[in-house]
Amino acid sequence: MKKFFAQTYLWLLLALLYAPIIIIAVFSFTEAKVLGNWTGFSTKLYTSLFSGGVRHSLLDAIENTFTIALIAAAVSTILGSIAAIGIHNMRGRKRQAITFLNNIPMLNPDIITGISLFLLFVSLGVTQGYMTVVLAHIAFCTPYVVLSVMPRLQQMNPNIYEAALDLGATPFQTLRKVIIPEIRPGMISGFILAFTLSIDDFAVTIFTIGNQGLETLSTFIYADARKGGLTPELRPLSTIIFVTVLLLLIIINVRARRAARKQENI
Amino acid sequence: MKFNIFTRRSSWALPYALFLGFFVALPLILIVIFAFTDNQGVFSLQNFVKFVTQPEAVNTFIYSIGIALVTTFLCILLGYPAAYILSNRNLNRSQTTVMLFILPMWINILVRTLATVALFDFAHIPLGEGALIFGMVYNFLPFMIYPIYNTLQKMDHSLIEAAEDLGAKPSTVFWKVTVPLSMPGITSGIMMVFMPTISTFAIAELLTMNNIKLFGTTIQENINNGMWNYGAALSLIMLVIIGITSLFSDSEEQSQNEGGII
Repeated sequence: MKKFFAQTYLWLLLALLYAPIIIIAVFSFTEAKVLGNWTGFSTKLYTSLFSGGVRHSLLDAIENTFTIALIAAAVSTILGSIAAIGIHNMRGRKRQAITFLNNIPMLNPDIITGISLFLLFVSLGVTQGYMTVVLAHIAFCTPYVVLSVMPRLQQMNPNIYEAALDLGATPFQTLRKVIIPEIRPGMISGFILAFTLSIDDFAVTIFTIGNQGLETLSTFIYADARKGGLTPELRPLSTIIFVTVLLLLIIINVRARRAARKQENI
Repeated sequence: MKFNIFTRRSSWALPYALFLGFFVALPLILIVIFAFTDNQGVFSLQNFVKFVTQPEAVNTFIYSIGIALVTTFLCILLGYPAAYILSNRNLNRSQTTVMLFILPMWINILVRTLATVALFDFAHIPLGEGALIFGMVYNFLPFMIYPIYNTLQKMDHSLIEAAEDLGAKPSTVFWKVTVPLSMPGITSGIMMVFMPTISTFAIAELLTMNNIKLFGTTIQENINNGMWNYGAALSLIMLVIIGITSLFSDSEEQSQNEGGII
């Protein structure tokens, strides 16, 4: 009986949480401009989303979002991993100082990060655009990479590194053959985290994107919503995003559970 | 000597240290500088005087704190039972439901907000204060459930059994054992809900069709309209509020509860 109430509560809450998404998904299969009008089943919005045409700066926005996220995540992963190795070998006050600085972008609200970087770029007289958005994204993504690589370094046996050097490997070879394989899982999850953070970001992007006409998905949706009417193609797009994320999470989860089961069997 | 720099691995952090100095520390210092100067770059307190003497700005500020408090409270009220049920093996065994609660965190916040607006439009609910609060709760509820769920899961269940064995009623066990033990999760949930609600800008605009302004929106408008100094001063005020909140939760010691979602 108790379990029944508990499950009912959970599913009611879930229904509430998912109601908006489900409505969007349902109405992505009809042509009506205004959401809530059902004018019969149609996949027109899906085809017009990808066929470009009149106002599909939306596709450009998606492309920008992904390239920015890829560049930012790749640079953050490299910068953050090297930094983590450095920090791992630091002691005392220096280490405290850099860890403190590294925590700031994670604790700061996005709007503060955005405004502070905006003030930096205007003070330097830099024209804001692609470059500034990428730099800003690297700035708030790298701390997360450092944070996901650090535990890996702590788990690593320090003697392996010394052994490699004693056996005549150069420091660079040791990095490539010993350290990187050890920290790779941390680098990968850092990369994924950086990538999703960058794709999701709105507050930092809007302050650093400038007014040269560059749009990412977030700024596009924002500008579109402010104009009043929402581009109907956003419905199929949101649906696609949602389904993709859902599938990705399912895959990650199933793999994790399988790995856990394997470990149990051993 | 040059060789030494490359072999000492602690110096590998140097590029990142410089990067942090330039893209994290310097920008924050700039906020302070802009906040305490006028548009000629001369030291002045006029931005803060303007804030205190403008009833509109102060009202928005207080109103935003109020909305953030209500949102946070509702998130605890709705989220705690959910986290409790999810972490309790007798009530829920399915990992899938846990995942379903975390999933919305991975969807762009604007997409989620638009979906909420669509729902209100669809149900002919007017976009006002109620919509604003519902939308905020909808957006941030998963961020409350997740940390609480995490602490409840790591909790030592023998403590509960001990309390039961010693004759405590279920409600006593809950209030005297479970809730105090899940405090770290609650405080980090509060941080994850209160801070974003107080600093959001676009979300409030979209949810109320621009009828209700929150503090974040005021800051953004000032920056957009070229009032950089005033905008910086308002940002500084927000930073102070957030600093106070995080001091409060630091004393509750929440660090052990952090961890990746992936």
